[in-house]
Amino acid sequence: MSPAGLLATVTHYPDWVVFAIAAVAILLGALGVVLSHNPVHSALYLVLTLFGVAVEFVNQQADFLAAVQVIVYAGAIVILFLFVIMLLGVDREESIAKDPLKGQRPTAIILGVVILVEVITIARFKNWATGGHSAAGALSGPGDNIVKLGQSIFTRYLFPFEITSVLLVIAVVGAVVLARRPQRVASELSGGEQKEAVDS
Amino acid sequence: MNAAYVTLALPLAGFLILLWLGRRLGEPAAGWLTVLLGAGAFVGAVVTWATLVGKPAEQRHITLDIFSWIPVGGLHVAFALLLDPLSITMALFVTGVGSLIFLYSIGYMHGDPQFSKFFLLLNLFLFSMLCLVLADNFLFSFLGWEGVGFCSYQLVSFWFERERPPTAGKKAFVTNRVGDFGFMIGMFLIFNHFGSLTYTNVFSGLMAGTPGALASVTATGIGLMMLLGAAGKSAQLPLYVWLPDAMEGPTPVSALIHAATMVTAGVYLMARIAPILHYAPDAQTTIAIVGAVTALFAATIACAQDDIKKVLAYSTISQLGYMFLGIGSGGYSAGLFHMVTHAFFKALLFLCAGSVIHGMHDEQDMKRMGALRRWLPITFVTFSIGWLAISGIPPFAGFWSKDDVLAAAFHKSPVLWAVGFVTAGLTAYYMTRQVALVWWGRSRWSEHADAAGDHGDGHAGDHRDGHAGDHGDGPGGGHGDPHESPWTMTTPLVVLAVLSVVGGAINLPFGRWNFLVRWLEPVLPATIAPEPHVATATKVVLGVATVVLCAVAVVVALIPWTRRADNPVLEPAVLQHGWYYDEALAALMAGPGTEAADFAAYKLDKGTIDGGVDGVAWLVRQAGGGLRKLQTGYVRNYALGLAGGLAVLLLYVAVRAGG
Amino acid sequence: MTVPGAWYLGLAAILFGIGATGLLVRRNVLIMFMCVELMLNAVNLTFITFARMLDDIGGQSSVFFVLVVAAAEVVVGLGIIVAIFRRRQGATADDLHVLKG
Repeated sequence: MSPAGLLATVTHYPDWVVFAIAAVAILLGALGVVLSHNPVHSALYLVLTLFGVAVEFVNQQADFLAAVQVIVYAGAIVILFLFVIMLLGVDREESIAKDPLKGQRPTAIILGVVILVEVITIARFKNWATGGHSAAGALSGPGDNIVKLGQSIFTRYLFPFEITSVLLVIAVVGAVVLARRPQRVASELSGGEQKEAVDS
Repeated sequence: MNAAYVTLALPLAGFLILLWLGRRLGEPAAGWLTVLLGAGAFVGAVVTWATLVGKPAEQRHITLDIFSWIPVGGLHVAFALLLDPLSITMALFVTGVGSLIFLYSIGYMHGDPQFSKFFLLLNLFLFSMLCLVLADNFLFSFLGWEGVGFCSYQLVSFWFERERPPTAGKKAFVTNRVGDFGFMIGMFLIFNHFGSLTYTNVFSGLMAGTPGALASVTATGIGLMMLLGAAGKSAQLPLYVWLPDAMEGPTPVSALIHAATMVTAGVYLMARIAPILHYAPDAQTTIAIVGAVTALFAATIACAQDDIKKVLAYSTISQLGYMFLGIGSGGYSAGLFHMVTHAFFKALLFLCAGSVIHGMHDEQDMKRMGALRRWLPITFVTFSIGWLAISGIPPFAGFWSKDDVLAAAFHKSPVLWAVGFVTAGLTAYYMTRQVALVWWGRSRWSEHADAAGDHGDGHAGDHRDGHAGDHGDGPGGGHGDPHESPWTMTTPLVVLAVLSVVGGAINLPFGRWNFLVRWLEPVLPATIAPEPHVATATKVVLGVATVVLCAVAVVVALIPWTRRADNPVLEPAVLQHGWYYDEALAALMAGPGTEAADFAAYKLDKGTIDGGVDGVAWLVRQAGGGLRKLQTGYVRNYALGLAGGLAVLLLYVAVRAGG
Repeated sequence: MTVPGAWYLGLAAILFGIGATGLLVRRNVLIMFMCVELMLNAVNLTFITFARMLDDIGGQSSVFFVLVVAAAEVVVGLGIIVAIFRRRQGATADDLHVLKG
């Protein structure tokens, strides 16, 4: 296509442009995550990817979820990652040059390529979406996206919603238990002697 | 039919009583108890016989069920008795001759420390033998078959402190076992084809004369396998080697087991499967040939033996060969007739030999006897009667039965007849040689004693220690003059001698005098056991020829052997060593036999079979070890596995769903 | 004209591939975790695309739940990482191979 045609495309097809830019961002970010030496850099690249995905969400009329994506993923999860990176002092670089496990790297790359090729192959020969339309409720039509989403979650998917609530509680409790330091051994001997806490 | 139960139960009771109370009863009560029970069994057999006689011919078979032994699927085997002419005939002479030998044993085993054990084993033997002959199916018979084999082993090794008896006992048992293998294969074939092991079930379809579904090959196979079993038990070639060695046992044992009863089990088996043999002419020919060759072979060896019992042992093998020759030629009644008469005179001869041994203070080498007729008169007379009977001199029993066998052989093949004819001559020759050496000629024992000087040890009467002199290694006689045996020993001799004289009357070839043939007719009808018909004129000619030959042989034997005890020309080494058959077997077993056993044990059993089983375990271990390498412990490797699985799944979807 | 769903799905597939390869290749635990997040995001994108193609709100509900669970997972996962690697400086995923068979 000639530059003029490309420009015409841009003005006539804003969706495509948005898609393209967001796609580039996503892929750049993903490659950055994978190829970065420094974990902090990886985390920042991850943020780039997440933003790109949020934009793609908006492009597909999933407004609420795009917002949630940014708030939860980029806002909370990546922060958690950064906390742990800082806490554990793993900002030292690991040597990417050589993989100590034999055959791991070539096999991994090959498998990655294979999987990709297969997915594309499936895509080319098959109709992607074969399910029934509007099985859980219509997406398009009058009404806000969030209203429809809310209705779907609180009626049709109420049970999974409750379960995931429980899951969150469990996760929080588990995290607290996991991250806690071992208990100090307090002496209860008569005579009031106190032993030093053993810091494992 | 209570009498039959009594017959079977009395020896069993004797065995059990002596098992518990034998030592307490001691000598001679244990012996008299056994004699009484044996006589009771005989009476029971007679009563049963009388009952059968009272019935019309077609009804002369009664089955008595004791209990069901093996009811498994298609196999129904019971402890049951079949009382028919054949089994009762066997039972009669087994119990009759057996009781006489029991009586004899009281005198012979006098002073032996294991007196009760001897009679315990005799009771067990009688019970087993009766099981064998009275059973109504192959498996129960086989039980008795094995039982008599076991008793034979025990009794041959009775004096187990010495070196040779246990070896001889083992040899007997192991050789029997080879034969038993044949019996078992025969049983398997029978069950496979007929679906039953009971005699009536197996034979009823065949009695009419048509083979039905029985192929000639199957019948031949059964016949040959059963022949193998019979050859082991009845000491035919190639399994005869145990019988001469079995003379290590006490003489009553030799008389009872190895002359009159156990060795006839093979003949009984052959007669029993007559309906099957009828459809296997090749098997019959094989039986006849085996019998004829064995008879000749053993007779030649007997001509050069020095031990008084060994001569009789080889003679037994030879006479058993005659019985097989008769049966193989189709003359079942002839073979069975010879079996009965042989029981009489061979038991007689063995008991006389025992009497001589007893009188000569345990000397068994004939070369050290001689001119004993003055010292043991009763034994001399009875022995001579046995000698005439076995040599086939009319009108003694042996003549009639041997003639029947030879006539049947002639009908089958003149060659077989010729072999039997020559053997008859040899029989007369070696028996006469034995008579000459023992009873006539010079009294070599007294010359020997004088030369050796006095002996102060009192060996007399103690068989256990004294049998060191058995094979002539000890000084032998010379502890005093030979003496006649007590009445417990001589009475059976007299009875058996009478039977040897008149025994021929049970089957004379004149008109209605052939009692035995007609008695056995229900079991051996003409449809499956046609009498080998020889023209009367031919029969007379054959008979006369045989008598002439035997008479000539007697004279030929008397001349050299009454004069001198040593005739090396007439006793070549090859015959003395039994054609080196034992040596050949030993070489075979030591050389290729050991190699084969080693191969089977190490290469086959340890290597292949154990190796296979171990190999499976090894394989599993190797596989496990290999698979273990997958567990590297690295999470990333596991993730790689996951990715690989995903790739495969996607491939499947792409292939199936795409295109 | 809207972009056809296939393009989004292709993009998601590529993102997923990168994330998977990164998980297999990198040794640093936290970066491996981040690759997992990449894969989850690819999945979310797929769901949204299908929701649009099939005009179904259920796709978006699924993404909602995936987000919740991913968050919980991150919480617990980081807690584990903290618990294991607290004491070791510069520890990598390869140092945990005690379960080697």
